[in-house]
Amino acid sequence: MESVARSQSTAGPGVPASSDKTLIYRQSRWTRLTHWLWAISLFFMLLSGLQIFNARPQLYIGKQSGFQYNNTVFAIGAENTDAGPRGYTEAFGKRFDTTGVLGWSGPSGNETARGFPSWATIPSYYDLGTARVVHFFFAWILTTTLLVWLVASLINGHLRRDLAPRIDDLKRLPRDIVDHAKLRFHHTREYNTLQKTAYGGVLFVLLPLMIITGLAMSPSMNSVLPFLNDLLGGRQTARTIHFTVMVLLVAFFVIHILMILAAGPINELRSIITGWYRTDPPVHEDETAQRSA
Amino acid sequence: MAKFQISRRKFLTAASLGASGMMLSGCDAFDSQLSIGSGLRSFLENANGLTYRAQRLLAGRDALAPEFTEADIRQPQRPNGVTAPDDDVYKGLLANNFADWRLEVSGLVEKPLSLSREQLMNMPSRTQITRHDCVEGWSCIAKWTGTPLSLVLDQAVVKPQARYVMFHCLDTIDRSLSGDIKYYGTIDLIDARHPQTILAYGLNGKPLPVENGAPLRVRVERQLGYKMPKYLYKIELVDGFANVGGGRGGYWEDNGYDWYGGI
Repeated sequence: MESVARSQSTAGPGVPASSDKTLIYRQSRWTRLTHWLWAISLFFMLLSGLQIFNARPQLYIGKQSGFQYNNTVFAIGAENTDAGPRGYTEAFGKRFDTTGVLGWSGPSGNETARGFPSWATIPSYYDLGTARVVHFFFAWILTTTLLVWLVASLINGHLRRDLAPRIDDLKRLPRDIVDHAKLRFHHTREYNTLQKTAYGGVLFVLLPLMIITGLAMSPSMNSVLPFLNDLLGGRQTARTIHFTVMVLLVAFFVIHILMILAAGPINELRSIITGWYRTDPPVHEDETAQRSA
Repeated sequence: MAKFQISRRKFLTAASLGASGMMLSGCDAFDSQLSIGSGLRSFLENANGLTYRAQRLLAGRDALAPEFTEADIRQPQRPNGVTAPDDDVYKGLLANNFADWRLEVSGLVEKPLSLSREQLMNMPSRTQITRHDCVEGWSCIAKWTGTPLSLVLDQAVVKPQARYVMFHCLDTIDRSLSGDIKYYGTIDLIDARHPQTILAYGLNGKPLPVENGAPLRVRVERQLGYKMPKYLYKIELVDGFANVGGGRGGYWEDNGYDWYGGI
């Protein structure tokens, strides 16, 4: 509230005195609630998922895992060298030394062979059974939340108003890219094109793909939806896609956090906690003309 | 403006300290709450019951697991877990090529059975090329031949109060203070009577090798590998499993794995 008053007093000439109008109700309670449920679920699913991956730190392409032939596209492992044990990560036949993080990690002098390090897994020690308990619990939370959000957003107009792509979005895309690159942010009611792409991409592509590839790995679901694995290229390909989408979601998370820090974390956090968001003061006609010139 | 800058910097510092603190302390923060029997873990485990009911609802009794072609058999079936039981009883049976081995069917049945391998092989058989999915994440396609479990259950006449089939195995998988722990597991009667649930004695056109569970192993094609015990010698019809082993329905279940392995 203090910052509200301050921003009013620092509002330059030309900005209406009643500039508390710049504080708008941007995020509905449904958007805010589902946002935080996703944040919690994805945190636990990521860390338990990395633990599950550690049980078989290889990814394959096809219906099955090649033991007598090679269809491995990604692997994390440890090997003995003259300089002692080393961790490595192998992607498409290219090998990288990742000692300390991937393959061989742990407290100094107490390192062990493990895919992802213990600080990145739940539980921290090797325990596939427990990781699966955590993973599938939050899988239900995540999926239910996505459904609740979809229904709520259809009803309250969030989808149509904020996320649906428009011709305008395409027109403003180049300027959005330049603005983001220069860390120049416009605080408006609407999402910009890159925001729409990122949020829409996560909600309508990445999360559904995560759920579909997750289901495709379930032997029981294979009896219900036998075409799913044929469509995806086999159960092991589904597992590889599942992992790849995880990497994309982590990338989204990192960019999301960086953008929030750059755009003003207090304002951004307030809007996703309370719903209220401070927009930029309205710009004068001549300024608009100048900017678009 | 200057004031705001400072508060933002403070926020950033606090946020990054918080984030790195979480990284440094690792996720062992949750370890103690996740041990078997703890309240939080028991709560999280409810999801497995939900998954079980949801998948039973969707798949019904008889939806078949995908079957594959001969061309998909590209390698020997990968063995896992115990691959050469060191138990004297087992080694004695193996030395005699399982001529003295019997499958005992007991518990909540009208007619307890004791079947030799020949008797099992003389019953109608089913051959299926299916994908074995290990809980660890790998898959392997192989051709399995065996006696449908439902035929054996029909012959023994299951009593109405029976709810689970418990498989008892000859191999010692673990040792505890109270003695050797033999592998065991349970499935419900829906999976037990599923058309693809067989007592397999053949693998890829040959007799089942020791490493894959000779003389007899279970195939439960809509669940993961840990639900398909090897080195079978006794099938017991039960109405519950609370008093066996750790009370969770199987060796791996007693060690924290979900009872329902369809996911």
